[in-house]
Amino acid sequence: MMQRLTILAPMTALSFFGAAGNAFAGGRSEPWQMWFQPAASPVMERIIEFHNLLFVIEVSIVTLVLGLMCYIIVRFNAKANPVPTKTTHNTLLEVVWTGVPLLILMVIAVPSLNLLYYADRIENIEMTLKVTGNQWFWTYSYPDHGGFEFDSVIVPDDELKEGQPRLLTVDNEVVLPVETNIRLLFTSSDVIHNWAVPSLGLKLDTVAGRINENWMRINKEGDYYGMCSELCGINHGFMPIHVKAVSKADFAEWVETARKEFAGAGGPAPVRVAETGAR
Amino acid sequence: MAYVAPAEVEQIPPAEVEDVELYHAKSWVTKYVFSQDAKVIAIQYSATAIAIGLVGLVLSWLMRLQLGFPELFDFIEPSDYYQFITVHGMIMVIYLLTALFLGGFGNYLIPLMVGARDMVFPYVNMVSYWVYLGAVILLIVSFFVPGGATGAGWTLYPPQAILSGTPGSEGGIILMLVSLALFIIGFTMGGLNYVVTVLQARTRGMTLMRLPLTIWGIFTATVLALLAFPALLVGAVMMTFDKLLGTSFFMPALVEMGVYLDYGGGSPLLFQHLFWFFGHPEVYIVALPAFGIVSDLISVHARRHIFGYRMMVWAIVGIGALSFVVWAHHMYVSGMNPWFGFFFATTTLIIAVPTALKVYNWTLTLWKGNIRFTLPMLFALAFIVTFVNGGITGLFLGNVVVDVPLSDTMFVVAHFHMVMGVAPLLVVFGGIYHWFPLITGRMLHEGMGQFHFWVTFIGAYTIFLPLHYLGFLGVPRRYFEMGETNFIPESAQDLNAFVTVVALTVGVAQIVFFINLFWSLKNGKLAGHNPWKACSLEWRTAHVPPRHGNFDDLPVVYRWAYDYGVPGADEDFIPQDVPPDRVSTGKGEV
Repeated sequence: MMQRLTILAPMTALSFFGAAGNAFAGGRSEPWQMWFQPAASPVMERIIEFHNLLFVIEVSIVTLVLGLMCYIIVRFNAKANPVPTKTTHNTLLEVVWTGVPLLILMVIAVPSLNLLYYADRIENIEMTLKVTGNQWFWTYSYPDHGGFEFDSVIVPDDELKEGQPRLLTVDNEVVLPVETNIRLLFTSSDVIHNWAVPSLGLKLDTVAGRINENWMRINKEGDYYGMCSELCGINHGFMPIHVKAVSKADFAEWVETARKEFAGAGGPAPVRVAETGAR
Repeated sequence: MAYVAPAEVEQIPPAEVEDVELYHAKSWVTKYVFSQDAKVIAIQYSATAIAIGLVGLVLSWLMRLQLGFPELFDFIEPSDYYQFITVHGMIMVIYLLTALFLGGFGNYLIPLMVGARDMVFPYVNMVSYWVYLGAVILLIVSFFVPGGATGAGWTLYPPQAILSGTPGSEGGIILMLVSLALFIIGFTMGGLNYVVTVLQARTRGMTLMRLPLTIWGIFTATVLALLAFPALLVGAVMMTFDKLLGTSFFMPALVEMGVYLDYGGGSPLLFQHLFWFFGHPEVYIVALPAFGIVSDLISVHARRHIFGYRMMVWAIVGIGALSFVVWAHHMYVSGMNPWFGFFFATTTLIIAVPTALKVYNWTLTLWKGNIRFTLPMLFALAFIVTFVNGGITGLFLGNVVVDVPLSDTMFVVAHFHMVMGVAPLLVVFGGIYHWFPLITGRMLHEGMGQFHFWVTFIGAYTIFLPLHYLGFLGVPRRYFEMGETNFIPESAQDLNAFVTVVALTVGVAQIVFFINLFWSLKNGKLAGHNPWKACSLEWRTAHVPPRHGNFDDLPVVYRWAYDYGVPGADEDFIPQDVPPDRVSTGKGEV
């Protein structure tokens, strides 16, 4: 606690340093970051773009209402306006102000629903990653690369190495290639979890007895972090997600070693899901 | 611009039913404990709801302490934390707000405002309260059974709600579900009463389109609740079966801590649909009475007719109807077909239209008004600003794709606390400052009220605005011990600590409100008959506070509840029960 208070003072200076040094380079939030984490996938880029449109609309509406209220308070208080008006309704005004919000909603709905379909599916899937939620760790399997699978468990505080972020570090991070259309399949072995990586614009429940599908494409190499986003019991806060995006060549290399490392842990015969299922 | 024509003298039909004798209390117990007087039941409902609400407030402090200062409060275990979260949510949404608006305000105001002597079924009304009290007691008891209260989150999603990885999955969840079922049974008794009273017990001349908007709000909310709560009841019963009898309504084949269970074939999503089919109308069960009350507060304290009365009524009814077709916007990240998302995003956006209409009409009611900054008016104005503010962040969440990065983050927490926590509570306070003189015959203290208003209003923003920001950063909700994770940077953690300090301060400042209530009971300025010079019938009783039976002779209604500033009248208002031919002579008819 005391430590925190002493940190408070030079905070601003530190944050400038942090921004200049760009120590985190996306994938998680930075001190005094404004807005969303930087986008690392085409879906998230579009989400941020659309969000910016919404933001302008919303701030304008709130400002308008707040301004009106202030004007009313100053102009029509008991002293300033002793004789209240008798107007009860005004049809033209009422038609106009029903029409305007409808128009605004159209402006919002069209890009929103377009983006909804874009974010849902894409053609030309190149590989598949299956994510299984467990209490309280993730299991990843690669059905298109021999079907090996491994668990990804949080590293406790006392075993963290220098530079590893607390509550975000896992023993086996999920390695994926950049600039590849990846199909994601989500399921769970027990309760509902939610696989969420903010910078990739992903958040989807994993439900036992169901398979949810989504896709992603990572723009550039780096570490992207996420956390379980559906209350899943007592250790809900301790099942982080670490996506390590590498080049296609590095990924091929990693697959070779991973196959050996996680041999036997995998499921049944390898099936190439990507080719059979692509639309 | 249209002007009000002076009301024409109309033929008021004779009474259709004879005035019946009310139950006469024979002892103190039947008068004040097992009372059949709606006004006493209203006080019982309100006192119980506020008491349990204070428990919810303390739970929120404990959560905030853990979030703000994890090292200092490390004795709060994760299981405690999740129990606090769950019970806090349940209490605030159901046991406080629903009970207070419908059981409290509804019971007190419906008979008085429609010109009835009491509810239509006074005995059932009494039972309703005692069943509600039972539900509240069960909820508290659940903290003390082995394993403690449930920690499944107020949404109680299965499978986790009944599996061992969640605190309170032994007895706590069962008690929670039984308590909910009891609440629903108790509410149904009360709710049927409110609906029948509004429809059948209005006095002569009180047409539906002359009802004060408060009654329209409470009435519509009650209809919503009668239709929505059964979905929750069904969900609760099925989940109890899943837990106790081993059925699989919501349980697919799954493992529990590595062991296969006997469940299979059920759907966890089915529960989510049932829950939110109740859960979304629930938002409006809380909001619609607030809409109605605010309309009346604004009209009385700005000395203006409500602008667009009919439109206000239809907006309330329209919002109520639409609230039944938007429920799945709480489930955007559960993995739904885009068609589904398309439908629910569209309906969600459409509900903004009638809501916007209400805001316009409030603004136009204030426009060129004669605004008195009384305490009820301050709270009403604060409500409008807060409601617009809190509602509009729903545009982010209502659009499926923008919901993705924000869902299950602090942004959602901030959004619903603003729109269905702070905003309705401001109306509750405004309503209490407005009707306290009627209930007790004395005014609340102005100075203490001013202090209470400003601390609450500014405090609410200081607490919840930063939470929106945390949500943008991606800080998840329902996380125990975040501390510094680098995902949540130090700066965000410091903000968390700041929010905790403010939340505690604002919470403690509510003491002033309670001191005011008790102090004014004895020492407040005498209110007289109609301190706010309002038109509606509750101020037209022979005695203040009104006695059992409300009126000496039932009033006859000649006009709507908003005749303020009518030309030619002596006073700037004409109460609903003043016949047109007595206004023009205008001999101090108050």
